Amino acid sequence: MKKFITTLLAVGISAAALAGCGGTTDSATQTVSTDGSTSMEKVIGYLSEAYMSENGGTKITYNPTGSGAGIQAVSEGRCDIGLSSRDLKPEEAETLDAEVIAIDGIAIIVNPQNPVSDLTIEQIGKLYKGEIANWSAVGGSDAPVVLIGREAASGTRDGFESITGTEDACKYTQELTSTGDVVQTVSTNPNAIGYASLASVNDSVKLLSVEGVTPSTETIQNGTYKIQRDFVFVTPKNKGLSEAARAFMDYASSAAADEMIEKAGAVPVKR
Amino acid sequence: MKNLKKTTDALEKSMNAVFTFCGFLAVAFVLVITVFLVISGIPAIGEIGITDFLFGRVWASTAAEPRYGILPFILTSVYGTAGAIVIGVPIGLMCAVYLAKMSGGRSAGIVRTAVDLLSGIPSVVYGLLGMIIIVPLVRKVFDLPDGANLFSAIIVLAVMILPSVISVSETAIKAVPKEYEEASLALGATKTETVFKVVVPAAKSGILTAVVLGIGRAIGEAMAVMMVAGNVANMPSLFQSVRFLTTAVASEMSYSSGLQRQALFSIALVLFVFIMIINLILNFVVKRGESDE
Repeated sequence: MKKFITTLLAVGISAAALAGCGGTTDSATQTVSTDGSTSMEKVIGYLSEAYMSENGGTKITYNPTGSGAGIQAVSEGRCDIGLSSRDLKPEEAETLDAEVIAIDGIAIIVNPQNPVSDLTIEQIGKLYKGEIANWSAVGGSDAPVVLIGREAASGTRDGFESITGTEDACKYTQELTSTGDVVQTVSTNPNAIGYASLASVNDSVKLLSVEGVTPSTETIQNGTYKIQRDFVFVTPKNKGLSEAARAFMDYASSAAADEMIEKAGAVPVKR
Repeated sequence: MKNLKKTTDALEKSMNAVFTFCGFLAVAFVLVITVFLVISGIPAIGEIGITDFLFGRVWASTAAEPRYGILPFILTSVYGTAGAIVIGVPIGLMCAVYLAKMSGGRSAGIVRTAVDLLSGIPSVVYGLLGMIIIVPLVRKVFDLPDGANLFSAIIVLAVMILPSVISVSETAIKAVPKEYEEASLALGATKTETVFKVVVPAAKSGILTAVVLGIGRAIGEAMAVMMVAGNVANMPSLFQSVRFLTTAVASEMSYSSGLQRQALFSIALVLFVFIMIINLILNFVVKRGESDE
């Protein structure tokens, strides 16, 4: 019996932990708290590590809660900078400012055994809506299409569905809770197709080109690769940022940060 | 001498207080969890409507027009648990019979150690193995487009409930008086007949306890099933991707907000009610077993 209670307790505690986001400033070291998109974990990790090694007096914290939660946290003043992997909704933009720090290419991946190497956005949309259920219709072998996606309200799913025009219409075979799971599943099922941040794609899966354009730093920066979204720093409009937070923002949007953003697998904004 | 007695008394008293406090702490946790779940779970049920919530067939929490029906999750949890019991209990029971009646000292030791180890494996490891071995295997064996479905989850859950089923039924079987067995054998029954017609019926309340414990373990499991069940909110069918009550909460909690988040708490409340019912059944079974003897 104890096990069930423990499970529930764990759910409760993790919910509480996820909701929290400290925004306190210490007198000796200054803390910049960031909260939000799990897709931005790598980017924020590289940026904060590089920044902290140069500026010993500043400590940058990151709370991976998701874009929606991050925007909510910053609007409620529970953190200094909210991290969002989607653009602000109009009602959110009334009180919040957004600054694009980096661009994320959403890669479309299939199993290496799949002969398909290029799809149009329209084809991808039809595949995910279940209108094309067999790979032979898009130049593949005669096999059913297995649609791998992310859980509802994942930033990557939101980005993918809004770009391909498949909001709330995807007939997923599996909804997985992490990018790594998506890559893993696609790599073990010859008929699977999935989407994941370009940064997380490895050799175990095949990267598709979209409308003839292979995702890469260049094609994402110049906008020819269509399935991409912005990584955004969200700050409150009315309230001034703390000095430390302002300095970190300036660093993140400077040319010096580009190298770190690239290391993290995302694409820097072209200036 | 007097002094020594005084300090002993003081120590006794303070330790008594500590024990009492710890005892009540457990009660406090249960109360806090219950109150928390009820308070955070009721509003969404009220807003959605209890019939729409419990019997709605569509869960689309992030759609433009959100729908919050959890019937698919409830049925999936019930079917998944039932499937795990159907597969896991016979295996566990026979393993317990082997441990209690058939095996010699050494081999029983090996099996028992293995069972203990099985119970210590974290659920994420079960999930990982399920994802890498069982899901592709199910896909190939049944020639399906994808192997992440209710069936894979049932297999994983059946393995996960084995340890508790085995250890509780073994204890129950061992508690059956040796005379029953000897009488049966003396009347000319074979060992197999004795096991199934005398020992198992005599141990039935203990075995029932094992089954209920297994149900509890299976219905509360989240991590492992999340990795093998596919997590799409379909009405359950054996070879389709499904979402359990536990995974419904776990997979959306970190991103949710507003009514969606409240609805997730309501799902947790439903799960909690299920587990409370299982607990009550367990208490009833154990009590009845005691009064039988």
